[in-house]
Amino acid sequence: MTVVSTNESSTEVAGLRRSPLAGRRDELAAAGVEGLRGVRLGEEPFLSQVNLRVLPASPAAAGVEQALGTILPREPNRVTGDEHDAALWLGPDEWLVVAPDGRADGIVEAARTAMADSPGSVVDVSANRTTLRLAGPTSREVLEKVCSLDLHPRAFRSGQCAQTLVGRAQVVLWQVGTEPAYRLMVRGSFADYLADLLLDAMAEFTHR
Amino acid sequence: MTSPHRLDSSVRAGRVDRTRRLRGTVDGVELSGHPGDTLASALLAEGRIVAAPSIHRGRPRGILAADCTEPNALVQLHGACPEPMLTATRVELYDGLVAESLSGVGRVGPEADTAVYDKKYVHADVVVIGAGPAGIAAALSAGRSGARVVLVDEQRELGGALLDGTERIDGHPATEWIGRAVRELVELPEVRVLTRASAVGCYEGNYLLVAEKRTDHLAEAGPQQPRQRLWHLRTQRVVLATGAHERPMVFADNDRPGIMLASAVRSYINRYAVLPGQQAVVFTTSDSAYTTALELLDAGARVPALVDTRPDPPAHLAEQVRAAGGQVYPGSAVVGTGGQERISSVRISELDEQGSLTGTPREVECDLLAVCGGWNPVVHLFSQAGGTVRWDPVVAGFLPEEPTGSLPKVVGAARGTYDLAGCLSQGLAAGAEAATTSGFRVAVPPVPPVAGDRPSTRPRPLWLVPAEEGTSEQWHTHFVDLQRDSTVADIWRALGAGMRSVEHVKRYTTISTGQDQGKTSGVNAVGVIADALMAGSPGEVGTTTHRPPYTPVPFALMAGRDRGGLHDPVRTTPMHSWHVAAGAVFEDVGQWKRARYYPRAGEDMDAAVQRECLAARTGVAMQDVSTLGRIEVVGPDAPEFLNRIYTNGFAKLPVGKARYGMMCTADGMVLDDGVSMRLAEDRYLMSTTTGGAAGVLDWLEEWLQTEWPHLGVHCTSVIEQWAAVAVVGPDSRAVVGRIAPELDVSAEAFGFMEFRDTVLRSGVPARICRVSFSGELAYEVNVPAWYGLAVWEEVAEAGADLGITPYGTETMHVLRAEKGFVIVGQDTDGTVTPLDLGMDWVVSRRKDFVGKRSFARPDTARTDRKQLVGLLPMDPQQQLPEGAHLVDPDGPRQPPVPMLGHVTSSYRSAALGRTFALALVADGRRRVGEVLCAPAGGTDIAVEVTKPIFYDEEGVRRDGRQYE
Repeated sequence: MTVVSTNESSTEVAGLRRSPLAGRRDELAAAGVEGLRGVRLGEEPFLSQVNLRVLPASPAAAGVEQALGTILPREPNRVTGDEHDAALWLGPDEWLVVAPDGRADGIVEAARTAMADSPGSVVDVSANRTTLRLAGPTSREVLEKVCSLDLHPRAFRSGQCAQTLVGRAQVVLWQVGTEPAYRLMVRGSFADYLADLLLDAMAEFTHR
Repeated sequence: MTSPHRLDSSVRAGRVDRTRRLRGTVDGVELSGHPGDTLASALLAEGRIVAAPSIHRGRPRGILAADCTEPNALVQLHGACPEPMLTATRVELYDGLVAESLSGVGRVGPEADTAVYDKKYVHADVVVIGAGPAGIAAALSAGRSGARVVLVDEQRELGGALLDGTERIDGHPATEWIGRAVRELVELPEVRVLTRASAVGCYEGNYLLVAEKRTDHLAEAGPQQPRQRLWHLRTQRVVLATGAHERPMVFADNDRPGIMLASAVRSYINRYAVLPGQQAVVFTTSDSAYTTALELLDAGARVPALVDTRPDPPAHLAEQVRAAGGQVYPGSAVVGTGGQERISSVRISELDEQGSLTGTPREVECDLLAVCGGWNPVVHLFSQAGGTVRWDPVVAGFLPEEPTGSLPKVVGAARGTYDLAGCLSQGLAAGAEAATTSGFRVAVPPVPPVAGDRPSTRPRPLWLVPAEEGTSEQWHTHFVDLQRDSTVADIWRALGAGMRSVEHVKRYTTISTGQDQGKTSGVNAVGVIADALMAGSPGEVGTTTHRPPYTPVPFALMAGRDRGGLHDPVRTTPMHSWHVAAGAVFEDVGQWKRARYYPRAGEDMDAAVQRECLAARTGVAMQDVSTLGRIEVVGPDAPEFLNRIYTNGFAKLPVGKARYGMMCTADGMVLDDGVSMRLAEDRYLMSTTTGGAAGVLDWLEEWLQTEWPHLGVHCTSVIEQWAAVAVVGPDSRAVVGRIAPELDVSAEAFGFMEFRDTVLRSGVPARICRVSFSGELAYEVNVPAWYGLAVWEEVAEAGADLGITPYGTETMHVLRAEKGFVIVGQDTDGTVTPLDLGMDWVVSRRKDFVGKRSFARPDTARTDRKQLVGLLPMDPQQQLPEGAHLVDPDGPRQPPVPMLGHVTSSYRSAALGRTFALALVADGRRRVGEVLCAPAGGTDIAVEVTKPIFYDEEGVRRDGRQYE
């Protein structure tokens, strides 16, 4: 997005934002359980997300890496960085740059400047998806009920991501911790469905 | 309550927990048993061997088997989870169980099944199906490698046929070996054991479906605990240790209660400590039933006759039986049975070398007949996966061919290896091999010494035991399929009708089409056919096809959690909660819920839509248009790309302006339309229809990836990055001016099809575009989605004093139709070109684009194609049904009636004060002024054909009030 940048420290404007699951914060929090068979679900709203398309190993890609101070992973489904600042491999020439709230305009600006006239694309998609965080010892078991990927630690570890279906929703699935903890980045219109689906899958562990 | 046939624990302990008693009801009669009992074993313990009468002929039937092959003892379960067509041999007894015997047909109750059924997707290196000796051995040797192993078994505990016998492994009872194996498997971190789990499907690429029963056997399950779970397993290697099913025998009156499979008798005695009869005749074609005879004798029954088709059975076996008090009749067969509700006698005749009866039959009294017609290796899953089978005359069964590639490896009884040492040895080797080829190298463990079981001698299968009188086509009580009540006479009738293929005979006789899918009848039918056709062996006849599921699976399990609210995602916009609070009626547009209209108290849809339309035409109205598809098209070649995709030009569109565009498929038919904005020299924001968004992105990617990979263009879907509010009507300028104070919204400063980036009064960054789908002055306010609700409320507040009216898709449809704006997918159907729509202005003659060449096709170029026209019913209050056909009023009314076209859109217009419609009509543009006829609901509606525009043809309203 290149809409005129606002003062992002303006809490007044930021306060007008409403994330897709804002109305369900308490419900999600209450559904979680702790302990050895625990699992928790919550929304991480407003993460900065920028979709990046650039030829890998090109001068433009190198320029972007330098400008953003991040390495664009070349191995499929890998993530560089940590859960605060990360680049997710989405395709051979496509990445999702993720950063804390309010950083999107800066990332877009820096990446476009670095890319200059080279073929490529930088698009702010921060409001396109929201992020659900599913964590806890049984979170993998919960995901295995609704996602057909191999999520065993031998196949999918912290620092890996995949574009996949969770239930019937397209999701960027990203393991962010070994607990395990996952981020599920989903388009806003599917957020309610995904929350319902995950709460339902959690029920066998949370209704003891 | 007593269980008269339960053996004293000093005779047989069995695998039931006698310290606890469970009570249920079958057919209204109380039943008691113990944990570990099936419904069938508990019934037998109380002497209740009789099942419901047979499906067609009403003949008395009894429990035949102890496993999933049972054809007779079908029950309907009542209670919290009613379920039809279960076999009593597979239902575990629990407290409060209520069952009803079924004569072959169950009922699905009217109530919804509210139990939880779910699915699980798990990947493995080695999946072992069947936890008898071979399967446990395979899981052990594979599991020790560290590979991910899943061991699946349909029983409640591991062990398979070992639980039915008295074999010894490593000097101890086999059950001890099983116990050690279970403990080891449980401790291996990467091994998962699924019990009460049936592998029901085995597919290409080592993909398996396993139906697991989790709480069926419990009187009460915890809240939210899944009753059943469907496991989707993907694995590198599959080892099938699925065992073998015993075949019954085909002879006269072979269906009486009290006739049981010999292996089932053994299972009831040893596993359940139940003695199904006191006076037992054993009828066999092979060695295995000798063990049954010995177990019967050992458990206190008499065995007045062991009838063996073989003239010289193994001497040591015959001697053992005789020594224990039994009588052996070699070279003989049971040729008939007597009895009313239960078998009371058999007739035994000697056989000659050809299998014909000889000598004088003798009658022997009994209350149990244990039969063994031989064994069928369970090759169902192997066949499902694509494996082929061959007839093996030595083991007298269809065996799996040696698998190639990644086909499942078959071990143990499933490949005709019936001795324990052979099963263990094959299992250990196959498990190690499967792990090794999966990347987990491991050595084959040594085979432990075993006792109590040894390789069998050759059987003498007898597919059809002759009756004492008549010929085969008259043998109406030689049952082949007990569940379908099909007999030898039925097979002969099929053969007499000219059928030879077993597939045809199966369908003609319905053999093996029951709930059991012919587990006890399929191969016997092949044998009877082979016998009748005088084929050399059943192998010459061939087998029927094994299809999933191996055992029945409830529909509820296949549906899993995809029910109710989780059946399909419901997509909502950021403003959805506002629409709900405002009382909107919603419409499904794909997966989206869109507000259709906002009725006020007492309003129906017509009234609400009239009011909303009037507001948009005379004041100001607002609509949530967030669902429109949006794609950012970026790159140096983006202008050229859009020029090729759209029928009209986009390369010369100036930055800051927008343009309506239409795209066609390669055959020149309308695919989608929308307004695209040029954000920068190398950057467009394309919009698509709500329903077409995903398809258009796929379409763009297809051309970019397969035809024009050299174009430097990237497409990014940004549908949900944005929320959008359409502010429509003559007063929209005032409203937008209020919310966007930094913007000069005058007609001179902000022209039609231009857009501006600005900051709203609230501080929200917005992109505002002057675009109109109603013909009125209109603005589309786009903001990042998370501001959607706030900005919607901001617009509503800013227009409150002007009576700003929220409107839905129905009003949008009316407004656009009054202007003759088409909706792709409503006024088009994939057979309509832009020219058919009269939209020549959107088709460039100077550049090439996808679909252009097709316009030169003779059929596409002809001038009398169906074209978009307007229709005005002669009665201005009569509304045409959408879809109504249009015919010549003077034409014939008897079929075939020539159809001239059909109504695509039809509404009641507030602005026109009448009804109107859009239609596709053959040669329509030349018919303007003609009167056509729409036969609808038994009457003819006369309509005048008009140009497809009804309102403000000059387009003066687009810029709003002239005085502003």
